[in-house]
Amino acid sequence: MANEPGDLGVLTPYARSLGIELAHWDDGMPVMRVAFDEAVEGRPEHYHGGATGGLLETAGYAALRAELARSGREAMLKPINITVQYLSAGKSRESFARGRITKLGRRSANITVEAWQDDPARPIATAVMNVLMADSEG
Amino acid sequence: MAIARPTMSDTPRFDPKAATPFLTSRGHSGWLGLKYSSHGEDWVELELPWRTDLLGEEGQHVLASGPILSLMDMASGLAIWKAMDRFEPIATLDLRVDYVRPAREGAAVFGRSQCYRVTRSAAFVRGLAHDGDADDPVAHIQAVFMKIGGKDTRGVPNGQ
Repeated sequence: MANEPGDLGVLTPYARSLGIELAHWDDGMPVMRVAFDEAVEGRPEHYHGGATGGLLETAGYAALRAELARSGREAMLKPINITVQYLSAGKSRESFARGRITKLGRRSANITVEAWQDDPARPIATAVMNVLMADSEG
Repeated sequence: MAIARPTMSDTPRFDPKAATPFLTSRGHSGWLGLKYSSHGEDWVELELPWRTDLLGEEGQHVLASGPILSLMDMASGLAIWKAMDRFEPIATLDLRVDYVRPAREGAAVFGRSQCYRVTRSAAFVRGLAHDGDADDPVAHIQAVFMKIGGKDTRGVPNGQ
């Protein structure tokens, strides 16, 4: 993952455990992917709303980390809140998510995230997140 | 799996305590290890046991926010079925989570959701997550679910 447009850093243990990984970079932002397997399944053959939310959140943090790395900033990220809109059912195939930094402040960032399956223009869920950026020690 | 049928007319048709092990035996809820904790007329509380592979930032011992979102989504579904007193397919439409403080290291997190209104097509919930003291929550949530019709009883006890 080195030498990419922005440094993603390591995924959280939660994201790795759920099977979320970096798919590719798109215009300087990381696109995250998760395969459909039992860990993300809610009602049969569909994504659990919580798993979709976890993918959105992970993509939001990844986008923020990439943006911070680009501007040479280091920070510990702490969640403030997230609002998820579920637009259509996530079916039994892989899903992708990509974040966009709407506002990068000194202490907090506002991020919008979209998740899709076949076509990025037809999202299955979107999220708005506010993230606190605390000073990293050292 | 045998389906227990209520024998008295005033017996509740949806029992969160009996249904939770079925709904959390597999899939995302099973992966998280969600367990039944308690319930009331229109609310259900589930437990998310502490697990080191659900942590957020590397090197810190703080539960990630994703599992709390999943916990509250699941507790909200059960609260809606309890309030309706029957199992029927629903889908999350909108879910907001405010993370008011980090959960304590090593602590199980409990998600309690209350269904305060059910209409013909939607169900409205609010709830909180705490790590032992419900008066000192780690998160607050608000969500709307839609009924999606169709048959999906998933072998849930009394989910006819």
